[in-house]
Amino acid sequence: THQTLHTIHGLPAMAQLTLSSLAEHHEALAEYKEGIGKFIGMPELLLYCSLHDPVSPCPAGYVTNKSVSVWGLGGRVEMTASKFMAIQQALQPDWFQCLSDGEVNCEEATSIKRARKSVDRSLLFLDNCLRLQEESEVLRRSAIIGVIEGGDVMEERLRSARETAKRPVGGFLLDGFQGNPATQETRLHLLSSVTAELPEDKPRLICGVSRPDEVLECIERGVDLFESFFPYQVTERGCALTFSFDYQPNPEETLLQQNGIQEEIKYVDQTKKIKTTSCNQEMTSFEINLKEKKYQEDFDPLVRGCSCYCCKNHTRAYIHHLLVTNELLAGVLLMMHNFEHYFGFFHSIREALKSDRLAQLKELIRRQAS
Amino acid sequence: SWVRLCEECSRSRARAGELRLPPGPGATPVFMPVGTQATMKGITAEQLDALGCRICLGNTYHLGLRPGPELIQKAHGLHGFMNWPHNLLTDSGGFQMVSLVSLSEVTEEGVRFRSPYDGDETLLSPEKSVEIQNALGSDIIMQLDDVVSSTVTGPRVEEAMYRSIRWLDRCIAAHQRPDKQNLFAIIQGGLDADLRTTCLEEMTKRDVPGFAIGGLSGGESKGQFWRMVALSTSRLPKDKPRYLMGVGYATDLVVCVALGCDMFDCVFPTRTARFGSALVPTGNLQLKKKQYEKDFRPIDNDCACPTCQKHSRAFLHALLHSDNTAALHHLTVHNIAYQLQLMSAVRASIVEKRFPDFVRDFMGTMYGDPTLCPTWATEALASVGITLS
Repeated sequence: THQTLHTIHGLPAMAQLTLSSLAEHHEALAEYKEGIGKFIGMPELLLYCSLHDPVSPCPAGYVTNKSVSVWGLGGRVEMTASKFMAIQQALQPDWFQCLSDGEVNCEEATSIKRARKSVDRSLLFLDNCLRLQEESEVLRRSAIIGVIEGGDVMEERLRSARETAKRPVGGFLLDGFQGNPATQETRLHLLSSVTAELPEDKPRLICGVSRPDEVLECIERGVDLFESFFPYQVTERGCALTFSFDYQPNPEETLLQQNGIQEEIKYVDQTKKIKTTSCNQEMTSFEINLKEKKYQEDFDPLVRGCSCYCCKNHTRAYIHHLLVTNELLAGVLLMMHNFEHYFGFFHSIREALKSDRLAQLKELIRRQAS
Repeated sequence: SWVRLCEECSRSRARAGELRLPPGPGATPVFMPVGTQATMKGITAEQLDALGCRICLGNTYHLGLRPGPELIQKAHGLHGFMNWPHNLLTDSGGFQMVSLVSLSEVTEEGVRFRSPYDGDETLLSPEKSVEIQNALGSDIIMQLDDVVSSTVTGPRVEEAMYRSIRWLDRCIAAHQRPDKQNLFAIIQGGLDADLRTTCLEEMTKRDVPGFAIGGLSGGESKGQFWRMVALSTSRLPKDKPRYLMGVGYATDLVVCVALGCDMFDCVFPTRTARFGSALVPTGNLQLKKKQYEKDFRPIDNDCACPTCQKHSRAFLHALLHSDNTAALHHLTVHNIAYQLQLMSAVRASIVEKRFPDFVRDFMGTMYGDPTLCPTWATEALASVGITLS
């Protein structure tokens, strides 16, 4: 709730909403007239509206030359440019991702033809949306984020970047760069080339990338904004983030942490799959699994020194109990910790960039990533 | 451990007072939210504290199984384990005899339960129940009583009543921490006035810090319910708190305060929240319904809770139709606030000597016309001198 959200330190000024969850409420919001920020009781937050929810991938094959679909709880919502802009007019977010053809992802070997189509369609959607924006005073108060497409075809990626950059967009979303470690090098190479084509004075967002190690790779290649679904997934599997991002600790603390890290890694089975309600994701080495029996009598906080509400007030033993008894509070407390931890990580990134110590931070994260 | 303020309604039997317990004071009449497994269903301790809650419930049966009394003792008691700085009341596990009746068997020794989690058998005796509650460290502990459903008739009711008295004595004998934890007796006797009277006579001979009225709020008719409550309060000492277990709905709370009860608990407000229902002075709002889709008002304009301060019915409606649990938390916060605010208002009216007017206002808001108020409530109130029209 708002109450528990605001106990989190380091809360970012901007939150992400997804069209997939909001499109069905278009009518009510249009009648409300005052925009989604006020509707959800968070008028003070900047809001960015993406098309999809990074945690719920949507079925492919539904993008046409004229429309894109999102999936809400009630089913598919098909949107032409005008319907899309009508919805955004009701939502009134500060930024929104433009309608785009995001079906082509770096992962699969894309045909050049399909990659070209994704770029062409997205540019056409962008131009249509910009034109519609011109005609509406309400819509002009929002910034449209242009979407860079093109799959894994370098030529198309560059074309998409250059062409999108020519339009009066508020920023850029780098789409289709998520994927498994196997294709990482290619994706990162593409990413560098793309951001090189983008103006320095507009923000670059990326979707589908949220893990600490991947985040750092993208930041090095010019990305500014990320989705925060990683801490959410960690919470959903009953885990707590424990990785260290303190790249300039005092010597005693380093020793303690190193011992701590080694202990955790010893117990983490890399290939352990934990089935959860909404994500069949593998647990990473950045976290501990509070369901494990060894936490039953562990009266330490989740992370020693963490200033979140959960760590200041509760123990691992209590969280373990809540998870074992399927209590709702488990998720609430874990989410509070995981968000605070994650936002703390980003704070340390910003500090590291300012003091030119990103390499140290990267090394620290890399050591914990295996 | 309980102080009765001088304020006593001159018409009815309503009283205002204050519990004086080690963690801190708690005003009465009071509604105690139920946090069965050392948590208030998705609400943090901080949120509960901010709502003004100063006493809530834990459940000995559940906590005794998971995580177990030894672990909780290591965690500095239930207060330490859940980090609750205010008062706690634990019930003895007796109610589970009714709610989990297919898994339990009662003998003079105690209640034998088969665990739903691993099939293991546990014996919950009066001694064992007190032992667990001693480990939990709650401020008010309940005797183990032989509970029968209020719809049961025949010799079983009498057997249970007499056994509860014997078990009370065993609990008193087994209690290791009478200086820190207050053991309450539980009056049984079902819906039989004679049995209940006998139980009252016997149990009030024992010097316990407080009395609960048990065995009601099951499937019995409201007519029988209020008469048993009234009978009980008429025979309980005035200088000790009366805890009516398992009540409940707003109307019941108001009527039973008039009948002389001080403390109440019920899962209803928190449970109904999880079904999308918000409590209001006129009843409840089923927020999942389409009529709330574009209703931009808060649940209740006069409610001071965080949910009503920030959110509209339309927003909660939309949230209830999404796949995350936030709506349930918002509604749980509101429903607890509603119950606590109601009790505060009741108490203020008693202290300010206008309780009968409060009752009339309350009934008017809830039912429209005094004549539309349920018969049982009208009769119960009349029996203590409060007329509605």
